[in-house]
Amino acid sequence: MTRHRLIWPLLSIAALLLTNLLISPGFFSINMRDGHLYGSLIDIISFGAPLMLVAIGMTLVIATGGIDLSVGAVAAISGACACLLISKADDQNSLATVLMAIAAALGLSMLCGLWNGVLVAVIGIQPFVATLILMVAGRGIAQLITTGQIITIESSPYKRIGAGYLFALPFSIFIVAGVFVVTALLTRRTALGMLIEAVGGNKEASRLAGVRSRGLIILAYVFSSLCAGIAGVMISSIVSGADGNNAGLWIELDAILAVVIGGTALAGGRFFLAGTIIGAVLIQTLITTIYSIGIPPETNLLFKALVVTLVCLIQSPAFREKAFRLRRKPPLLADTTSPADDQPVKVTA
Amino acid sequence: MTSSAVPERRTRVGPRIPQKYVPILMTLALLASMFTIGSIRYPGFATGQVVLNVFIDNSFLLVVAIGMTFVILTGGIDLSVGAVVALSTLMLALLVKHGWPTLLAIVVVLVIGSTLGWTMGAVIHYFEIQPFIVTLAGMFLARGLCYAITVDAVSITKPGYVAVAEHTFNLPGDMYITTAVVVSLVAVLIGIYVLHYTRLGRNVYAIGGNEQSALLMGLPVARTKIAVYTISGFCSALGGVMLSFYMLSGSGSLAVGMELDAIAAVVIGGTMLTGGIGYLAGTVLGVLVLGLIQTLINFQGTLSSWWTRIVIGLLLFGFILLQRLVFLRRRS
Repeated sequence: MTRHRLIWPLLSIAALLLTNLLISPGFFSINMRDGHLYGSLIDIISFGAPLMLVAIGMTLVIATGGIDLSVGAVAAISGACACLLISKADDQNSLATVLMAIAAALGLSMLCGLWNGVLVAVIGIQPFVATLILMVAGRGIAQLITTGQIITIESSPYKRIGAGYLFALPFSIFIVAGVFVVTALLTRRTALGMLIEAVGGNKEASRLAGVRSRGLIILAYVFSSLCAGIAGVMISSIVSGADGNNAGLWIELDAILAVVIGGTALAGGRFFLAGTIIGAVLIQTLITTIYSIGIPPETNLLFKALVVTLVCLIQSPAFREKAFRLRRKPPLLADTTSPADDQPVKVTA
Repeated sequence: MTSSAVPERRTRVGPRIPQKYVPILMTLALLASMFTIGSIRYPGFATGQVVLNVFIDNSFLLVVAIGMTFVILTGGIDLSVGAVVALSTLMLALLVKHGWPTLLAIVVVLVIGSTLGWTMGAVIHYFEIQPFIVTLAGMFLARGLCYAITVDAVSITKPGYVAVAEHTFNLPGDMYITTAVVVSLVAVLIGIYVLHYTRLGRNVYAIGGNEQSALLMGLPVARTKIAVYTISGFCSALGGVMLSFYMLSGSGSLAVGMELDAIAAVVIGGTMLTGGIGYLAGTVLGVLVLGLIQTLINFQGTLSSWWTRIVIGLLLFGFILLQRLVFLRRRS
């Protein structure tokens, strides 16, 4: 089952990597320099780290049947907040300052998530409309924090988050791994994941069954914004600065794409965290490949459009039925007829 | 509880405003109060030309918002409009640069925009994929196409084109409007006619009210749904043509985020995002509100441009909240 679901994304990654190998034979080589590992494969993972984080949060929101369009704006707000606090500090290199700034940024992000969650779960606004509000206003808020400028900082502990190394590997990989493991444990080793899927499957039915759907939905949005906040800190740390306008631009679209590629249906009710990570890796590999082939990087939108369309069409039951009607219809009918049915199904041509 | 409340409400004196007009009246009141505040605080604000400038600076947004109104009235959404606008400006600039007759170039651009819209509508209807994801893909596609063609801005220097774009119609009292404003007002009138006086318009409202009922009533759901996305694509392309009048250039990086402005204008104009309720006249008011916010912030001078986005976000929130309240009251 798992193999079947992820076989196409994995094959696509393999095909893209092979393309890269044909173009530049040294693509798979990983070198050790100054005690750090360097190589294109490691770059794919470390450059894709913010996207993976945002996509993990997005997975849970989509599992509840919602969507979070505000993640890019939240990432910008979080980065702006952290950079502002560090730039105001006397000693930018002090670890305590950096930790305080990150805590404040993540707290602010979670507040954004709470806002989204309350709009969706308590007031009952459609998710994509509710999060659209913060998507519109969020970039304004981020620019308000940075007063329209790009705040640059000189803080080595902060820089380490996005551009540092641990055990010869990029530090960002460990953050992603940590968030992923914690999320996976919390959702799959406790009932939380099942409850979230129940809410996504049928909010009213799960409420009648005693699931506190309201709280769970709010939790999902808060978590999504927290992930976006961590991603925002990471993005601003890579460039040692906060740009309210461009930080995390379009990341919501990439994240939705990653989630959908990973097999989580937009209708909600099921989610696959590992699939999401593979989806994010696929997107990042695609971007890297476009760079290495030498196509103008701006055209990667075109490729993403094709991938979104294909994945959504394949996920759509209506499309599958219409496209494969001739081949699939007889077995489908046979499948739906349970053995207990006494009435034989009449197939009319 | 509710049964006792009903007669109480009926005994209230004075004319009762039908609930369907509440959002649009709120928008009108907002617009009036914004204009009054502006007139009191800033000298030179309360002139006709300031109002006309709002039209001049937002004529393309107005046209795009007309298409968006059709889509939202059916309960759908079109996120691709900004990208289609950008693609249209770029195509137009390139075609004109390569010596195509202006009129032919405009027709080609309009056909491309409508075709894109038609395709998205067909995918949404026949493959039952959520509109926002299909139009999101359309947005990627249109922007990607722009950048695949060229990443640079292409300026339009053809004298005839510039003359039409910069031509102004003088009005009494030293006021003027541009060609684009005339086009946008004609588009509004056509839109109102289609929405309120044709079968297509009735079908749009019926589908927005309840798609299942519309289908059971034998209304052409497929044709109507595809038609609204085609209209939106056409309006976006027309908006692109008008933006190229305004900018005299075409580029793939124009009109970023315009879909959000268009949605905001429609919502502020009192159209329900769930579909079925709303007026095109409201959308015109919504665009004026957005334009007036920009004007007020410009007149204020000390407020920075990002306040525009925050205020638009707040207004969006306020009106969506209002929609919920109206909707909840209607249901109870």
